[in-house]
Order: sequence, then structure tokens, then C-alpha cells
Amino acid sequence: MTLKIPGFLLLIAGWILVIAAIVLLRLSGPRTAFVLAGVGVQIAGLVLVVRSHVSPREERP
Amino acid sequence: MTESTLTLCVLLILLVPFAGAGIALINTGLGRSRSAAHSMLAALCAIGVAASVYFVSGFAVQGFAGRASHDLILSGKAWNLVAAEPFFFRGLDWNGSPASLAAWLQMFVVGIAALIPLGAGSDRWRLGAICWSTALLSGLTYPLFAHWVWSGGWLAQLGANYGMGHGFIDAGGAGSVHAVGGLTALSIAWLIGPRRGKYGHDGMPSAMPGHNAVLVLFACLLALLGWIGLNGSIALLVYGIAPGRVVLVGINTMLSGTLAALAAAAITRFRFGRPDASLCANGWVGGLVASSAASAFVSPAAAAIVGLIAGVLVIFSVEWLDLHLGVDDPGGAISVHAVAGIWGLLAAGLFARFPDGGPAEGQWLAQLVGVATLIGFVLPITYGLNWILNRLHPHRVPAEGERQGMDLYELGAGAYPEFVTHYDEFANR
Repeated sequence: MTLKIPGFLLLIAGWILVIAAIVLLRLSGPRTAFVLAGVGVQIAGLVLVVRSHVSPREERP
Repeated sequence: MTESTLTLCVLLILLVPFAGAGIALINTGLGRSRSAAHSMLAALCAIGVAASVYFVSGFAVQGFAGRASHDLILSGKAWNLVAAEPFFFRGLDWNGSPASLAAWLQMFVVGIAALIPLGAGSDRWRLGAICWSTALLSGLTYPLFAHWVWSGGWLAQLGANYGMGHGFIDAGGAGSVHAVGGLTALSIAWLIGPRRGKYGHDGMPSAMPGHNAVLVLFACLLALLGWIGLNGSIALLVYGIAPGRVVLVGINTMLSGTLAALAAAAITRFRFGRPDASLCANGWVGGLVASSAASAFVSPAAAAIVGLIAGVLVIFSVEWLDLHLGVDDPGGAISVHAVAGIWGLLAAGLFARFPDGGPAEGQWLAQLVGVATLIGFVLPITYGLNWILNRLHPHRVPAEGERQGMDLYELGAGAYPEFVTHYDEFANR
């Protein structure tokens, strides 16, 4: 539960980074780099969200 | 639109319900026999709710390219965010216009998106909650993302506004339909948890095989027909391909689906000693899903590669979710629709070749932005909406309902009243 909300916030933050890169950066190189950085943030968020939903094996119904 | 194109489009749209029938039968066949009638009724209810809500408000949010929309100006470029259509299909001309055809097609397509989460919630998701969740999907999540992709929205305009290839392409619904449905399925699986008895005291998953492999495998053939209609009609209506190119769409769709199933058969044969029928079916549909991203814009060889890789991805994704992540997805909806759909979208960025001059520079970046939007916008919003709904109207049936089976508990009668109950399903493990 503690990881869930930060995880989802990272997912959204990564997406906003991607959008910001498109809007603010005109050169192809920096824009690509920031889009990739945004996706990297999203991957970190996805890891947190997934881990927050993995219950310990002994607690599964 | 010429008369012949209109006729072809109508014929292709008429094939689309076969995709829905295929998914509904796969969900039912991969579930347990004591929930079979519930599963099919849930499919009909989901299609009904989806079509009704889409009629009331969905099309008003999605709209059609070239029609009224609400735009936001950012750094001098118009970001088309949401349609400005009236509710209840008012404003459409019923004369065979592309917008009216799109509205008709989308009523089927939104139903397909709504069927996908049912596979993940099999045997424990209440009918009332299914209807409410479907209303949220078809009234908000689906039409909003579909507007961005298919109705001249900001994702579609990434090419024109920012030089990213032809903008985000999704010529059959790999993202708008399948990834959206698959991510909703993931949210539902997380929220309602695994079926009772799925995991033993040691935490290891037990196999809960589907109750009717024949139904599942026959559904794959139905799905193939439906997918040809889906990929062909969307490519014609939204991307304006030449009618003759529908032949390429059909070939690519078939290649991708069949090779994905063969890849799944080979892998399961190699790993388990025998091909696994349900995983092969999952592979087949995963290949069809992956083909939906760009079947009109890739060569047959590329479609074959996309299908083969989709088949491999689906098999390992099913195992990973089940064994390591504790996600109980009886129909394989997350792997088949979300994982294969996202793979198809990324593959489109690598393999798409356009009739006006080969590969488009920056296409892969546009595809990546679309996938980031699915993960960073669609997943949080569908999870959040279903989390709120779960608080108001719990998704999961009580333990007694799971023990009896959804048919008896929610419908009062079983699908197969002459079957003998398998008592071992109730035994403590």
C-alpha cells in the first residue's frame, strides 16, 4: 500500500515529462532524450505499483 | 467515399461482432463450468452497457476527425483534447458519411474493449460491478483515448505538429481497444485479487484449467474473422487506405495470428513436452492483437515477425503474472491484450512503411509517446475509477458465491445442469 500511491504518481509524472519534452523542446536530440527519461520514470513507477500488488506467497487466498 | 468503398466498409463492419463473440467464448471456456452462464451473460450485458453509454455520451467525447473539438494551444500548436459533439448521436447525418459509419463501428468496438476485462475477473466479478465498470470504460476512458488516436486528437497530430512520423498510428485498435481493455483488466485483477484456492498454503499457484477447450479453440477462428473486419474497417475509415489495401490487411492479420499460435505451440511443446491448448489460443489472439497496430502499413514478412514475437511474449507474460506476481488472470486478458497490444504499437514504429514514401522519421518516438500515455494516463485513471467503484459497489462476490459458482449464486441456475459437480474443487489444499 505504501508503494502504490508513489508508484502511480511516478507513472503520471513520467507521462507529464514526456508531454513537457514534446511541448518545450524543439530539437530532436534533447526531445528524444527527455521522452526516454519520462519513460524511464514510468518504468520505475510501474515497478513500484506492481510490487505493491504482490502479496507475500503465504498471504495469498 | 465512393459507393464501392462504402459497401466494403459496411461488409467489414459486419465482421467485427465475430471478434466480440470470440473473446466472449474464450473468456467462458477458460473459466470454470460453474460460472459459464454468468460469463456469457456478463458479455452480453457488457456489450449492451457499452453500446448504450457510447450512444449517450461516448461519441460526444470521441467524435470523428475533422469535426468540432476542444483544443488547447500550447507553444503555438493546437492540442486537440476532446470532441465537442452533442450527446445521443445528434448532429450525425445518416447518409453513409464516414462519421456515421464510424459511430456504428465504434458501438461494436467499444463492446470489444469492454469484454476484455471480463477474462481477468472470471469466476469472481459480480455482474452489477461489471456493468458499472463497463459504463466508466465506455463513457470516459475508451472514448477519450480513442479521440486522441482516431479523431484527430493530439496523439494523431504528433506528426503534423512535431514532425514525429505520421503521428501515433493504431490502425486496428491495438492501443485504443486492446491495451485500454488489457490495462483495465490488470486494474480489475489487482483490485479483486485471485480466485479462492488459486494459491496454496505454500503460495504456489495451482492450475485451474478452463472447462471447455473446444469452445476456446473454435473462438479463435471466430476471432480471426472479426479481426479482419476490425483492422480493415478502421484502416479504411480512420486512415483512408485504398480499398485494395484491405487484402494486405487480411493477409497480415492472418499471418500474425497464426504464427503467434505456432510460436506458442512450439514453446509449450519444448518446455512442457506437449503443446498447451489454452496457451496456444492465447498466443493466437495475442498475434491478432499485435497485428492491429499497423496491419495496413507493414509488409507480410514484418507481420510474421510481429506475430511470432507476440506469441512468445504472451506465453512468458502469462507465466510471469501467474507465478511471480500473484495476478490471477483466468482468460489471459492482460498478457493477450495489454502486453501484445503494446508490443504491436512499438513494432509499428519499427516496421511501418507508408504508401507515400517508405518509413517515416520519428515514427518510433510517436509510438513511444502513445505507449507512455497508455501507461501514464489510462492505467492510473482506470485503476482510480475502478478503485472508487469498488468502494461504492464491491467488485468481488462473497466467498459463498465463489464456492457455489457465479451461475448459481448470481443467476440461480447453472449453464450445464446435467453435469456432475467436481468435488475436488472444494477440497482444502
